[in-house]
Amino acid sequence: MPLGYFLGLSAFMFTVGVLGVILRRNALVIFMSLELMFNAANLVFVTFASYYQILTGQIFVFFVMAVAAAEVAVGLALMVAIFRTKRSIDIDQMSSLKG
Amino acid sequence: MEFGINPLVLMTFFPLVGVLVLVFLAPQQKNAMRWTALGTSLVTFVISLWVLFLFDPNKADNLLVQLPWFRLAGVPIQVLMGVDGLSILMVLLTTFLTPIAILSTWKAVEEQVKGFMIFFLLLEVGMLGVFLALDLVLFYIFWEFTLIPMYFLIGVWGGKNRIYAAVKFFLFTMVGSVLMLLAILYLGLQAGTFSQPELVANRSLFAGAQLLLFLAFALAFAIKVPVFPLHTWLPDAHVEAPTAGSVILAGVLLKMGAYGFLRFNLPLFPQASVQAAPVMAVLAIIGILYGGAVAFAQKDIKKLVAYSSVAHLGFVMLGIFALNPEGLSGGILQMVNHGISTGALFLLVGMIYERRHTREMSEYGGLWKAMPIFGGISLVVVLSSVGLPGLNGFVGEFTILLGAFGSKVFGSPWFAGIATLGVILAAAYLLKMFEKTFLGPITKEENKSLKDLNLREIITMVPLLALIFWLGIYPQPFFNLINPAVEKLVQLVQSAALVLH
Amino acid sequence: MLFQEAVMNSTFSLVPLVVFLPVLGILLNWLFGKRLGEKGIGSIASLAAGGSFVVSVLLALALVQNHEGAHIPLFTWISVGNLDLSWVFRVDTLSVTMMLVVSGVGTLIHIYSIGYMHEDVRHQGEPKRFRRFFIFLNLFIAAMMILVSADNFLMMFVGWEGVGLCSYLLIGFWFEKGEGGLGNAKAAKKAFITNRIGDFGLLIAIFLIFWNFGTLNFAEVFEMVPAVAQTQPGLLMAITLFMLLGVTGKSAQIPLYVWLPDAMAGPTPVSALIHAATMVTAGVYLMVRTQVMYMAVPGAQQVVAWVGAITALFAGLIALGQFDIKKVLAYSTISQLGFMVAAVGLGAEVAAIFHLATHAFFKALLFLSAGSVILGMEHGLEAGSHEQGGHHDDPQDMRNMGGIRKKMPITFVVYLIGALALAGIVPFAGFFSKDEILVAANQGNMPIFVVLVAAAFLTAFYMGRQVLMVFFGDARSDAAKHAKESSLLVTVPLMILALLSVLGGGLNFPGVHTLEHWLEHTLEIPHAAEFILPIALGSLAVALVAIFLAYLVYGRKPLANAKAADPLAKPLGIFFRWMNQKFMVDELYQAVVLGPYKKLADFFAYPVDQGVIDGLVNGMGSLTVSLAGALRKLQTGFARTYALSIFVGIIAILVYLLTRI
Repeated sequence: MPLGYFLGLSAFMFTVGVLGVILRRNALVIFMSLELMFNAANLVFVTFASYYQILTGQIFVFFVMAVAAAEVAVGLALMVAIFRTKRSIDIDQMSSLKG
Repeated sequence: MEFGINPLVLMTFFPLVGVLVLVFLAPQQKNAMRWTALGTSLVTFVISLWVLFLFDPNKADNLLVQLPWFRLAGVPIQVLMGVDGLSILMVLLTTFLTPIAILSTWKAVEEQVKGFMIFFLLLEVGMLGVFLALDLVLFYIFWEFTLIPMYFLIGVWGGKNRIYAAVKFFLFTMVGSVLMLLAILYLGLQAGTFSQPELVANRSLFAGAQLLLFLAFALAFAIKVPVFPLHTWLPDAHVEAPTAGSVILAGVLLKMGAYGFLRFNLPLFPQASVQAAPVMAVLAIIGILYGGAVAFAQKDIKKLVAYSSVAHLGFVMLGIFALNPEGLSGGILQMVNHGISTGALFLLVGMIYERRHTREMSEYGGLWKAMPIFGGISLVVVLSSVGLPGLNGFVGEFTILLGAFGSKVFGSPWFAGIATLGVILAAAYLLKMFEKTFLGPITKEENKSLKDLNLREIITMVPLLALIFWLGIYPQPFFNLINPAVEKLVQLVQSAALVLH
Repeated sequence: MLFQEAVMNSTFSLVPLVVFLPVLGILLNWLFGKRLGEKGIGSIASLAAGGSFVVSVLLALALVQNHEGAHIPLFTWISVGNLDLSWVFRVDTLSVTMMLVVSGVGTLIHIYSIGYMHEDVRHQGEPKRFRRFFIFLNLFIAAMMILVSADNFLMMFVGWEGVGLCSYLLIGFWFEKGEGGLGNAKAAKKAFITNRIGDFGLLIAIFLIFWNFGTLNFAEVFEMVPAVAQTQPGLLMAITLFMLLGVTGKSAQIPLYVWLPDAMAGPTPVSALIHAATMVTAGVYLMVRTQVMYMAVPGAQQVVAWVGAITALFAGLIALGQFDIKKVLAYSTISQLGFMVAAVGLGAEVAAIFHLATHAFFKALLFLSAGSVILGMEHGLEAGSHEQGGHHDDPQDMRNMGGIRKKMPITFVVYLIGALALAGIVPFAGFFSKDEILVAANQGNMPIFVVLVAAAFLTAFYMGRQVLMVFFGDARSDAAKHAKESSLLVTVPLMILALLSVLGGGLNFPGVHTLEHWLEHTLEIPHAAEFILPIALGSLAVALVAIFLAYLVYGRKPLANAKAADPLAKPLGIFFRWMNQKFMVDELYQAVVLGPYKKLADFFAYPVDQGVIDGLVNGMGSLTVSLAGALRKLQTGFARTYALSIFVGIIAILVYLLTRI
């Protein structure tokens, strides 16, 4: 399959992720959108790794997945803590850092 | 060393032992905390006397400590500490004033004694480090480090307007320090070392930029001294600081600025120093006269003393930039004198403040009658600050003015001639203060029943009084400590001046 | 011979005792005085001063053998760079003469003070301050001895400031008294600060000497003076004139004399010792000591002579308009100091020292007798108020006196002797010394001679006025009516001083000139003193006429009562008011110097320091705050906005990177 298909799919996923982060208010959905962006990047890594027949890209993917998993763990924990105090995970309500 | 540890390192970091003990004391053990802090600072003083005993004024690098630390962009940074004629008196002044200041807080600080004492001992570490460090980065670290305890001492235990004063103090000093940091980095990268002695030896490597470097260092130090017009943090800091803080602030912290000029500006940038000397002298003279006049107009005793510091430090700066042995030695001695006299003045103000909780001169009058011991001690201290012969202030002022009068870099006796007018102004504002507070009849009912000094307060003052007389009557031992280092510095600067002409 | 020399040298090495005996007295009184009681304190202090006197006498005797004197080093004081100063005592005829005067008169005044202060501390209601007084008095003797025994300019300066300090402490001794409660304290401060202005001049002179002569030692400097006078006369002129500024401060000459009259706020023994006999003559001593420098610049000598002469006349005029018994004497002191300064300016240093010594005797006598009168008046005040109830008269105002002669006969006699000596009536001491100065003026500078004769006329006139107002006529107040003679402790020193005032002329008696021959070992004497009969007779006649005139005005018809105007007030009109108000010099200084300085200080302190300088600093602070205030609007608090800005930023960077190629 031509390289362009993979890259196109990755770009589409990334765009969806960005739009999700910017437009949605539910923190969980934002999280999922973030994951989508990670995976878009992962897809590019894997694509090029197989295209150039080198392993570096694939190893990077593992790193990204590990870090993303850790990040999700912390993020979800935060989310739960916030939900306990605010009874909501609408991030627009979390604006106490407004200048 | 028989203890296997360099006395300088031991002295500098010994207060940390006290900090460690303090950490483990319970909050209600206030007296134990006071005794711990006092004991630690007294031991530090004894160690400093041991350092004095080992000290040889004719050597440049007494008790040198040299340990590798880390590398910055390939340039080694060392733990490089040593003591010479420029710093020995400053070190002794620090270790001498710290226990006295701690003793003065016995009744004055009741809240959070633990924190107070910890900050105080940390402050001592920082001050000693500043005077002993010979590596520029190490110096900078200690220099900045002194800010933090002082910031808290003013900000937590200070007067009504303490936050404003603490922030002002911090920001003023930071502004200067940042430029100094830039200059230090430039020096290190240009010369490949941060060690002051090596930099002095390799001055030619950065001679091209020396005027700018001089200015960067000078700004940091001038703010600390403080030189007119960078002085306005001082009255606020002094007025708001607790008594012990004022004593250390006036006694030691201000000296760090003047010491910085001696240690770094003059030897590293001699040509620039010679060029800048007349300008610095003019600023010093403005400080002397302006400080004197402004002090005269004050109604708050502590503010008056604070502005008198501006005037006195003007004398110190004048002496330093006279760049001859008389002026420099006099300047260094005057740093000690000012530490003692002004420190004592702040202690006295603190004592009366503890009794009446006001510092307005108009609230007092006739105190000599109500408190004869207090009046007598105050008279001696005031006269020492006025510069009466036989007391310490005169020796420093006279040698400074004499040096400045014949200074070749000023090139005119007018500088010293005008500065000498400061002697009249000093008498005017200090005697006015003495008259308003101590003389005349007792006009306020509250002042009639004031208790005279107690034993602890007298013990606080006695060492200071003894030094006031000793330095006034027989200052030669002190000059002997200073002179060799000063001679060397003068030679260095003069050879540079020859290059210039 | 060898043995004798050894004895002599060991005598010279006693000289530090003149300073250290009084210091010992201070320490003893400080440590043990509380337990000793008044007699003990007074004895220790008097013995300390007396010990100094004995040492001075021994030194003088040794000097008779060996005129050269000696330099006795004590220790190195300051040694930095080129500056190498030691505390060295100088024993020569001039310094020993001063030591004798200081410790001699000083001892008598110590003894007198035991009696006087006993009364005074009780009158003022602070009996515990007795000890403090004697500590200060001993401190003064020590400082004055440092001054006169110094071998270099700086040690002299040390003593110079030291006596200034004692003056400050003693003027303000009753610091809670005086006009408005602060009067004495203010007078003390005025004295110190005025003296500081003078000291400024002296310091500058010292700096000039050091950097041009390379040393501050008297002998070395004086040796170089002739050479310097050749090459740099302007420099010597500057040095001598700056020194003169110091002299005008310490010796109360125009323009810095204003502190001395106020200094009378101190207890009377202080006025006698410090502000009449000894300290104020320090300026004269300084100029005599440095006569070589003055003689090298005739211009400076002229200035000195004129300053002295004008002061003599001016102060004499003011004295004439005063009613306070001590103020009259104070202005008279200024006037007599003017005579001495003028003498130095005329190159008659011996006459200056001669007048200094005799003046010390009779002016101390006059002040102490005035003190006795005041004591008597205070007694009378207390006795009188029992009968009359709370009516208070100023016990120092001469208008309240009158007729004291009968009440206090001893005081009257000694006062009269003092007054005649001051007026210059033969054979009293003042006649001879003043005559020498007049002769020098007559030979050197005619206009100054005229001024000085006029001043001498005024002297005799105001002294006549004072004696007549105080002692003659009838008592004009209850206090005077009930006045009582003082105790022996007070009157015996008076009698000794009176004797000295009679015999003092013998110091340098015409034809014998003991003092001149004594001082010629130390001083250069350009022209030997002469006794010129017409001048002597003339000055005597002037004095007699003045006294006769005073009798016509004040003696024939004494003041009717305490409220009566001075008989001169009407004929002299506004001029008398001026004299009475001291020609408004204090007010002038207030308007020209003090007032503007205060305003300037306030201006610096508030608008400049708080306003401009601190305002700039705080302004920078507020600028930062308001800038930050504008920037904080960017922080909306919505995480999605931040995400959008990150996204936009990345796109911008990508666009930049892609289009750059």
